[in-house]
Amino acid sequence: MSDDLDDLKAALTAETPKPDSARKAANLALAQKNFDALQGSRDDTRLTTDRPRKGLFSGVRQMFAMTTTRGGLVATSALVAVGLVTLTPLGDALLTPRDVSDVLTRPAPEVVQKEVEAEPTEPLVEVPVPAPAPVAEERASDVAAQIIGGVVLNEAVSGQMRARTARPLSAAPQAAQAPAFSRLADDQIAPLPESSTESFANEPANPVKVVGEEPVSTFSVDVDTASYSVIRNSLSNGMLPPADAVRIEEMINYFPYDYTAPDGDEAFRPTVSVSQTPWNADTQIVQIGIQGTLPDVAERPPLNLVFLIDTSGSMNQANKLPLLKQSFALMLGQLRPKDQIAIVAYAGSAGQVLEPTPAGEKEKILNALERLEAGGSTAGQEGLQQAYSIAETMQEEGEVSRIILATDGDFNVGLSDPEALKTYIERKRDSGTYLSVLGFGRGNLDDATMQALAQNGNGTAAYIDTLSEAQKVLVDQLTGALFPIADDVKIQVEFNPAAIAEYRLIGYETRALRREDFNNDKVDAGDIGAGHQVTALYEVTPVGSPAILNDPLRYGVAEQTVADSDGLGFLRLRYKAPGEADSALIEMPISADLTPAPDAGFAMAIAGFGQLLRNDTYLGDWSWGDAIALANANKGSDDYGYRAEAVQLMRLAQSLSAQ
Amino acid sequence: METSDESLAIAAATGDRVAFSTLLERHYDRIFALAFHLTGRQADAEDLTQDICAALPAKLASFRREARFTTWLYRVVVNAAHDRRRRLATYQKATEGWGDWEVNRRAVIDEGEDRSTWLMQAMSALGNDLRDTLALILDDLTHAEAAEVLEVSEGTISWRMSEIKKQLAQLRAAEEQV
Repeated sequence: MSDDLDDLKAALTAETPKPDSARKAANLALAQKNFDALQGSRDDTRLTTDRPRKGLFSGVRQMFAMTTTRGGLVATSALVAVGLVTLTPLGDALLTPRDVSDVLTRPAPEVVQKEVEAEPTEPLVEVPVPAPAPVAEERASDVAAQIIGGVVLNEAVSGQMRARTARPLSAAPQAAQAPAFSRLADDQIAPLPESSTESFANEPANPVKVVGEEPVSTFSVDVDTASYSVIRNSLSNGMLPPADAVRIEEMINYFPYDYTAPDGDEAFRPTVSVSQTPWNADTQIVQIGIQGTLPDVAERPPLNLVFLIDTSGSMNQANKLPLLKQSFALMLGQLRPKDQIAIVAYAGSAGQVLEPTPAGEKEKILNALERLEAGGSTAGQEGLQQAYSIAETMQEEGEVSRIILATDGDFNVGLSDPEALKTYIERKRDSGTYLSVLGFGRGNLDDATMQALAQNGNGTAAYIDTLSEAQKVLVDQLTGALFPIADDVKIQVEFNPAAIAEYRLIGYETRALRREDFNNDKVDAGDIGAGHQVTALYEVTPVGSPAILNDPLRYGVAEQTVADSDGLGFLRLRYKAPGEADSALIEMPISADLTPAPDAGFAMAIAGFGQLLRNDTYLGDWSWGDAIALANANKGSDDYGYRAEAVQLMRLAQSLSAQ
Repeated sequence: METSDESLAIAAATGDRVAFSTLLERHYDRIFALAFHLTGRQADAEDLTQDICAALPAKLASFRREARFTTWLYRVVVNAAHDRRRRLATYQKATEGWGDWEVNRRAVIDEGEDRSTWLMQAMSALGNDLRDTLALILDDLTHAEAAEVLEVSEGTISWRMSEIKKQLAQLRAAEEQV
């Protein structure tokens, strides 16, 4: 008898595969991340447990909460073994996900998301968003209870196998159910955190630098605003954004400021101003603003646009593909009859959905957009190649071609080598086609890839979370988003060691350049579109100020050459006219007697907002209240209401971080 | 000297990052192996392990020093496997009409038969309870420990083991006839 057992055991040992090492590393990282996320909110989560709960399982949960004796634990655990916990598959973090207050105070636990694209039925089954899970599960369990009453399940059989066999039999009803389900989920449970396989591109905050040791600071401009929209989306959903999602320069650049417009043929005009630092009485803020020229819109060259649209299964949510269709429809109204549009969809197999069509034929374009449906997995690279080749056929002398990639970030299938993709985009960039990236939806937003694509493709990355953001990006600022006026814009600031002891650049961590790259025209940098603005803030500590953080060196003082001892420093800008290979240089001194820009206060309030979100250490006891007061006092005319919205978000963040 | 699992688990439960990482590193392969024995397919085992890793930080709060860590961990894995089976099965039911169900079940049974090895056939021929029990016993747990993990009495484990042996013998007999 026991021979069988021994045989089995030997067979089992032989059969057991080694865990996949990549999966292992990923799983360990995932666990660690969830562990860290849990630590941050440990205290917060306790505070909410006395809130009345609804639903079948509150009793069990209550029991868990109340029970301290060993006997009690065993009793409760026994219930668990009976199978109640099967309704709460991912542990108690998701026990009653409808209980919003509970979720609000926790960072979203990383929830596993599987093969959503590969298995079109699985949005119902595996539910990429944890929020709808309880609905599905409760329904499911009702049915299950009925089934179990009548038939014994052979549960050893994998459910995935069933899913596969089942699809052909019931594809139609499922297709009908799916949208209804996602609508339901969005309406009822929208403010819940989504699961995430998100990744964000960021670097640690720039450190304070000693002018005597490193007087020159070099970076590339950045007109992206994606980070601000992601932050808004997180806060509106009742969560503080992950610190890595916060790129302060993108927050500051989200807002229009009152800068002097360029004269005549100038591509742009830099403005430098100096003001008192709100969070430190002993330092100053040097604000560098760049206003791009707004060429006569009536005379803009015709535009060739290729929409490259991600229609993978994960796009099938109200805030993804449907929002994308609405956004592009909005944008159509801004285009001229001479502009041309083509649409390429990528998912499973890439394909041209609409051949190059004059923007005048709205009906045809809207119909093609309307036909797009989510399904299949993402073959981004192939789609991108097709989009570039279509853009090349559309290109004529004097026209601007641009690919607009709209995705939720899943850009993985068929992409064997991210470096190869980057190289590919860089090569295409040199052929004159620009690439912009629009991010939609949260959950698997791959911000890092989006940033990489847009930065290498000489384009902008924006994140569209609402129709009003689409209005801002695709209607109000369309010209800037689509017409570059200066390529590879680099900023270099040299500080005067006689006047400034220390400085720190606020934001632009991901845009740092080496000092020698400034004059190297081969090194790529950010582009400025028509009417774009770029704002950069330095916090500088004057010589002799009590706020100096670094002690002077004990041995060997850095040599100081005091040139003009009045100025704070010197600003250099390099840029290329679109399509040119050689750069032009603009130079201007930063003198000490510069006055604050009229709305400097608002830029500083936003810089403070970003630093508070990142928990940066330079703010002392400057608080949310201070940031809100400063922003409120500097709202200015605020024609579009962006600044009022920012104050609302700060207030939300204040409440959320107080929990 | 190695710090005991229990001490690491307590430290991790109170927020010690390194302890948590050490602990998980130490037991990952074991979790995976058990997950494989419980599910019988590598893909399922990988997914199950991922579920467990994701939920483990929150679950650690329920660990008590009185328990042996491995026993506690096995229980977590077994429960997660239950969850998963139930979830996959019930989701599937919820998305289909009643009529499809029987057809589907047949199809699944057919598909199940291409499990090639004797081992997989033997394992899946057993019911879930027996299978869980067998997986634990083959993982070198004593009857008492398995009883603790599965929250049943030791007598039940012993009964199940004899049941398993009986079924295996039948299977073996059937196989030898072919």
